[in-house]
Amino acid sequence: MEELTTPGVLTSQLDAAVGWARKYSIFQYPFVTACCGMEYMATASSHYDMDRFGAGFPRFSPRQADVLFVVGTISHKMAPVLKRIYDQMTSPKWVVAFGVCTCTGGFYDDYSTVQGIDTIIPVDLYIPGCPPRPEAVLQGLMMLQEKIQKQGRTVAK
Amino acid sequence: MSGLRDALTKGFGDAVLSFEGEGRDQAALVKPEAARDVLRALKDSGFNMLVDLTAVDFSRYGQDLPPGVTATNPAPEGSRFRLTYRLMKLGATEGLVLGRLAVHCWIVDDRGPASVKDLWPNADWLEREIWDMFGVKFSDRPGIKRLLLYEEFVGHPLRKDYPINKRQPLIGPKDERPRERLTGADLRPRIVP
Repeated sequence: MEELTTPGVLTSQLDAAVGWARKYSIFQYPFVTACCGMEYMATASSHYDMDRFGAGFPRFSPRQADVLFVVGTISHKMAPVLKRIYDQMTSPKWVVAFGVCTCTGGFYDDYSTVQGIDTIIPVDLYIPGCPPRPEAVLQGLMMLQEKIQKQGRTVAK
Repeated sequence: MSGLRDALTKGFGDAVLSFEGEGRDQAALVKPEAARDVLRALKDSGFNMLVDLTAVDFSRYGQDLPPGVTATNPAPEGSRFRLTYRLMKLGATEGLVLGRLAVHCWIVDDRGPASVKDLWPNADWLEREIWDMFGVKFSDRPGIKRLLLYEEFVGHPLRKDYPINKRQPLIGPKDERPRERLTGADLRPRIVP
């Protein structure tokens, strides 16, 4: 123990360290299909600056991403594509439903719209709003970070 | 274009039930069994472009109107769908105003007229869309496929008796209960623990 108490060395639990590392290095995959994408862009850009939370790095390959941002209305014909994108992501992975259309179908209570993406894939975070304000997105992002921190290495997906 | 009116009403006799309107509003009503012959003659006379082919479901026409408003369903007995072919002469001189014509035909049940996809190739997709959305079949296309929706889709969504919030078996949700609709203060992010 002697050497661990020397200055410049920090001790922690592995779970806490893994959770901390993961929550501040979210590689996101923006699955943008509709108008919510504008608000997503506003949140990601410099004014609101999603990068403050370590989530400023969109990857345009699901294989390199941790968090799937489903942004916009998902139609029945897009549903299999979304499912495939989700399956292509490697664990650990999280899903954010961005906007009411992805949460519940929104006002598209009709024949062609998926009534909430949780009918297709598991969802970790719901951010309702049409579209949600960037503040709401950032609040949701912090909630997701909390969850990731708590999960540590135990995430089993 | 009185020449067109004469050519249709005299040339086809009973097959052309009426011809109304002027200029770009002119419209002919034809019998479904003669629709293809009339359309072929129109194409030969210079209507080289099928602008649109669509259908209207009149089964709920005039119902659920506000008080004081009345409407008489124009559908003849036994007819529910009306097909509309919008034709155009694609030419700078006459295409803009004069070279326009709508051809309507009332069909019996879901039995549509013969296909016109060999006259105008774009009719192929338009007829598939009509089958997809309205369930109207074209007499010489028995194996017609859906255009926009998928094969597992049950029903034809633009029919007036298709429930607006019907759920599809492939996608769900399985129950027909309405989803939770968030309003006001509930519109805040939620995390699934």
